[in-house]
Amino acid sequence: MLTLTSPYQTWAHHLPAAAKMAALAAWTVLLFHLATLLPLALTAAATLALPLSCGASFAVVSARMLRPLWPFILILALWHLWTRDLATGSVILLRLITAVTAANFVTMTTRLSDMIRVLARIAGPLALIGLPPKTFALAVALVIRFLPVMLQRMTQIRESFRARSLRRPGWRLFIPALLAALDDAECVAEALRARGGAG
Amino acid sequence: MEKTLALVALFAALIAALGFLPAMMLPGGVPITAQSLGIMLCGTVLGAKRGALAVLLFLVVVALGVPALSGGRGGYGVFLGPSVGFLVGFPLTAFVAGLVVERWNAPVLYSAGVGAALGGMLVLYPLGALGWALMLGKSLSEVGVFLLGFVPGDLIKVVLAGFITRAIGQMRPSALLSRAG
Repeated sequence: MLTLTSPYQTWAHHLPAAAKMAALAAWTVLLFHLATLLPLALTAAATLALPLSCGASFAVVSARMLRPLWPFILILALWHLWTRDLATGSVILLRLITAVTAANFVTMTTRLSDMIRVLARIAGPLALIGLPPKTFALAVALVIRFLPVMLQRMTQIRESFRARSLRRPGWRLFIPALLAALDDAECVAEALRARGGAG
Repeated sequence: MEKTLALVALFAALIAALGFLPAMMLPGGVPITAQSLGIMLCGTVLGAKRGALAVLLFLVVVALGVPALSGGRGGYGVFLGPSVGFLVGFPLTAFVAGLVVERWNAPVLYSAGVGAALGGMLVLYPLGALGWALMLGKSLSEVGVFLLGFVPGDLIKVVLAGFITRAIGQMRPSALLSRAG
């Protein structure tokens, strides 16, 4: 699975993507304006109820997506235990966890193609500085299409290195990977031109 | 136009693919994530503008929910987390690294190394620290200490960026777009 969109269909999957993205923006602004513990705790409870409302397995995946935050949570907790300023520490931690949970909720319940469509609409004004939204959407689609290709290419490079040497490839992987990307870009550009160009 | 689009998109895909690699461990236990080295190389190989665009496009794809940031992170959440300063700094890293290689006509080894150091450390560290300070409610001097942990790994990456960029310039001079004029 290449995206973080949850395969379980929940009620939130059926809401329009633009509405969810706008709500997230508003929610986040509100969150960073709350500076006292009680309103923040209520907001946090409301936010954490969102993944829970979508079933246990959804909530578990949502909790797992918070894993990269653990080192920060640990350092902050120790810091504020040491300075005996638990109130400030709780505010910062609550805000962090709530913001990331809310954002992940939108990510998990919105299809990639819907998100690209909204993004292309938002990017409309970029046409003024010479970047038509169609080109932008094409670029995003190209990245998503080529990510597995690049992964496969890197596996190939690593395997052929292993076939020749007992050492691990390490940074030696970069030179053939960069050269391959440069060469591939040449072919993709030609293919795009042959099909009527990107503009 | 098509050439620029293809280069930017494919290098964004390459940075994303590098995020799926496990961190390389150097003797002494210093972890090197392939991704940040990839971001420096985007600048030194593609040049300032195209390098920065590729990194920006990579960040857009991450925001859309592709878990391509090292450690399997993705979605809007990463822009609300403590590391947001580094994410904002990444396109600037590529831009500055590329600018140095384009403008400073020294041998590629040196200009790419210096460019990677300026972009990947001098520009990125203050932004990263600012992000930590704002998101964690600390002062800059309090979080600054944690940056020291990055210095050894990043110094090695700077040297690698120099050597890798030079190797690409030697093997295929026309491919080194930052020096193509």
